[in-house]
Amino acid sequence: MEFLGLYNYWVFAILLMTGLYAVISCANLIKKLIGMTIFQAAVFLLYISMDKVEGGTAPIIQADTAGQIYSNPLPQVLILTAIVVGIATLSLGLAIVVRISETYGTIEEDQIRTMDEE
Amino acid sequence: MVTLFGVFLLTLLVITAIGIMRAQHLFVAVMLSGIFSLQMAAIFFILDAADVALTEAAVGAGVATVLMLGALALTDDRERGPKRHRWAPVAVVTLTTLMVIYATFDKPRLGDPSAPVHQHVAPWYLEETPRLIDVPNVVTAILASFRGYDTLGELFVIFTAGIGVLFLLTNPSKEGALSLLRSAEAEGLRHHLVPRIVGRLVVPFIVLFGLYVQFHGDYGPGGGFQAGALISAGFILYALLEGEGRALQVTPVRLLRGMIAGGALLFVGVGLAGMLLGGNFLDYSILADSPIAGQHLGILLVELGVGFTVTGTLLTVFHAFAAREQRS
Repeated sequence: MEFLGLYNYWVFAILLMTGLYAVISCANLIKKLIGMTIFQAAVFLLYISMDKVEGGTAPIIQADTAGQIYSNPLPQVLILTAIVVGIATLSLGLAIVVRISETYGTIEEDQIRTMDEE
Repeated sequence: MVTLFGVFLLTLLVITAIGIMRAQHLFVAVMLSGIFSLQMAAIFFILDAADVALTEAAVGAGVATVLMLGALALTDDRERGPKRHRWAPVAVVTLTTLMVIYATFDKPRLGDPSAPVHQHVAPWYLEETPRLIDVPNVVTAILASFRGYDTLGELFVIFTAGIGVLFLLTNPSKEGALSLLRSAEAEGLRHHLVPRIVGRLVVPFIVLFGLYVQFHGDYGPGGGFQAGALISAGFILYALLEGEGRALQVTPVRLLRGMIAGGALLFVGVGLAGMLLGGNFLDYSILADSPIAGQHLGILLVELGVGFTVTGTLLTVFHAFAAREQRS
């Protein structure tokens, strides 16, 4: 059971690289953005996995629960804001894709490049 | 048992991610990415991050999916290029995955209380929050008070992104086009009886829950970011059901733009009020008679500012995409 303690980090590695693969390999711009969100989600998973403390609970301190163990609140704060910033950057990216599509009539990277070279 | 459930969910997450990569149809990929976010939210909840789970479920599975579908409607919902198999990216990615996995063997096991991340400032926050700020939710206390500077910075990132989308997608001379939208042509799903009736029942409760999350954020999981995402999800659902026109009557563009700027101004204003009263920037302790009451007041106002800006930005972005769709 020892290796199960690292399973979260392995999933993090696989997801991170799946997202990276989409960003560098897919020609479709929306697919690239989806890959970017997977990459982001993998980073979120890494941080949130680190906050867990064995036997702990969510860091909301109630009265008369002395001796209760709480999980680490700090990674949660960082990721909480990162998620909302993530959607803001995603919407900006989608807006740029929409404008590219209106100008070039396509969102495939290779076709845009050949149009630029002409 | 919980461990097994976690392993199951994580495995499902990997399968979903690979499914997204393999989907040729972008609609399928977007729907799968919504499912991906929901699974991620469940995992966050198992890992004791209730606030983060709430945000991920509202933002990732709700708002992000709607925005991506809006972008698909404006572009193309299929991958047109030929499916290529490039060996260089596959090799790079596989090699890096193996290297990262090799590096994880040096990491402390999941839940290890002696991990370095739990030794530094985290215990201090957990011990001192009841004494200095006296709100039960430590996440809110750190977010709004201890690290208020960071949150202010994040808020301005969201503000800037919202302004950027407005620049890219709205045409200032076509402001009249928005009034055109208010006419009956933008009907949404009004002909579809079942989604409309069910949606009408659900929308008020989503908004009410959003308000609860906003104002109860000091005591339970919640706060401005989550509430902003939830409330805008409620209004987006309303816009999808009743049409753009109706939704813009309820929340006019002018009001939403005011909310984007007003929220950021409120946050900075609270910080400046602290300075004028003789304290430091974003020091809430001197806002009221006792430091604790000042902290409570400061956190409430700051979270309100965050909620305004997030709601305003997400709804403005949604309406910008939708208005583009009507025009084209």
